[in-house]
Amino acid sequence: MSTRSVIPFGPQHPVLPEPIHLDLVLEDEKVVQAIPSIGFIHRGLEKLVDKKDFHEMVYVAERICGICSMGHGLGYCDAVEHIMDLEIPDRAKFLRTMLSELSRIHSHMLWLGLLADAFGFESLYMECWRIREEVLDMFEIATGGRVIFSIMKIGGLRRDLPDDMLADFRQRLDKIEEQLKVVAKPFYDDVAVKNRLVGVGILTPEKADLLGTAGPFLRASGIARDIRSTEGYCAYDQIEFEPIISTGCDSYARTEVRIKEIFQAIDIVRQCIDKMPAGAVDVPVKPNQFPNGEYMTRIEQPRGEALYYVKANGSKFIDRMRVRTPTFANIPALVEVMAGCDLADVPILVLTIDPCISCTER
Amino acid sequence: MSLVNFNKTVIKNLFSKPATRKYPFEPKVYPERTRGHVVNDMDVCVLCGLCSIKCPTHAITVDKAAKTWSIRPMSCIQCRSCVDNCPKKCLSMDTQFTEPGSEKLTKTFPQSEKAIAAQEALMKAAKERAAAAAAAKAAQAGNAANANPVANAAPAAQAPAQPAAEKKDE
Repeated sequence: MSTRSVIPFGPQHPVLPEPIHLDLVLEDEKVVQAIPSIGFIHRGLEKLVDKKDFHEMVYVAERICGICSMGHGLGYCDAVEHIMDLEIPDRAKFLRTMLSELSRIHSHMLWLGLLADAFGFESLYMECWRIREEVLDMFEIATGGRVIFSIMKIGGLRRDLPDDMLADFRQRLDKIEEQLKVVAKPFYDDVAVKNRLVGVGILTPEKADLLGTAGPFLRASGIARDIRSTEGYCAYDQIEFEPIISTGCDSYARTEVRIKEIFQAIDIVRQCIDKMPAGAVDVPVKPNQFPNGEYMTRIEQPRGEALYYVKANGSKFIDRMRVRTPTFANIPALVEVMAGCDLADVPILVLTIDPCISCTER
Repeated sequence: MSLVNFNKTVIKNLFSKPATRKYPFEPKVYPERTRGHVVNDMDVCVLCGLCSIKCPTHAITVDKAAKTWSIRPMSCIQCRSCVDNCPKKCLSMDTQFTEPGSEKLTKTFPQSEKAIAAQEALMKAAKERAAAAAAAKAAQAGNAANANPVANAAPAAQAPAQPAAEKKDE
């Protein structure tokens, strides 16, 4: 038996956009065990419920993370609206659906770029981020912000998206789809890419289910579990789509699932634009109307299932807001797939769960 | 064969226009909705203070005594909630971002002469209305209790006028 050694991975590492620390127990070049530790980016955002009222908490929720900010705002608003029995207008539901799908496109494009960067394909990385930039431009036109959108509010949306803007978005999406087809090819069948991804980090469906995995990481293990289709929040119950799965169970399958999800998201945005009903985008909330009660809502973020729990007490300030994010759910499975992998594959494996540490630690 | 496919993209990129702008020479044209920074039209602002109440980061301060409206641009998160809540619609969002700086400034804007004059005229009119109403009320009271007209009329005329005067001082 060879000697074991422990090397630290992170919190600062070239492939990691955010700080997570892993202690890798190595036996020669093989990882025997990975011990994760988090806590480098905790900001205590949930505690801010004491200082910010429930309208202002939307801004705090959006600032949990820069990539998933649309989803966090949506999840929090959805929970509070359920407590207050607010039925938001259909147009707001469709617009929310559309915006969260656009956010899925930009999140997955970001991830594809980072993956290309991790296996050393720099030009592919730049190409992915160039496409993502066009989605961010669409966000800027629609909401006025590229990262923090500030468009969600309790009771609907703060601004309407006029129909000519939606028509413009449709044209832009056609262009993005064309460019995306070119970029998707190397991910699918480039020899160098396949060498780095196929058969790396196999997670069996049984393990994935047992460890409570979420999102594309779970669906790449062949389990069709998608909150958009099971819960049907926002307008997802009126949109036709099937959860995308792959039975490969490896890193290649996870890439495949995410690429297909981008095309699916483009399709969902198109469906939303087609079915967009007319009317108002918000219901007024009276100044003396406060939430009282508790609610737990689940939404499908780009990275997987996110859970929002809100407990209110009938006053301006809510008692508790809790967010359980997909990355937190995926860390046990990450540790599982790392046992037995090569040291050189560790960066790829960390990336395939699409880690978002800001969300995890809040 | 995909490497060949991607080489096509690479060669195309090599001979096409860059995706980036030549920044200092070609400034960015922001879309209409971009939230750059908050601008207040001091000719219209009545210093009601709603913006400072609604600001989630307390970046806006309204000083009614000194007649100034001030904002700390470093605290402002560009959420646009002050613009949405402004009753006079004097606040707006500029698409340009603020200039970079090395210190945390507070930008203070005094209320313009025009706005002060308009507000004083309004106050005067309101005061006159209040005085007229009080006089009418006093006259009514005087009719009802004829025995001591001076003693009844005096406090009634003073009472409504006083809060208006206090408000002006605030």
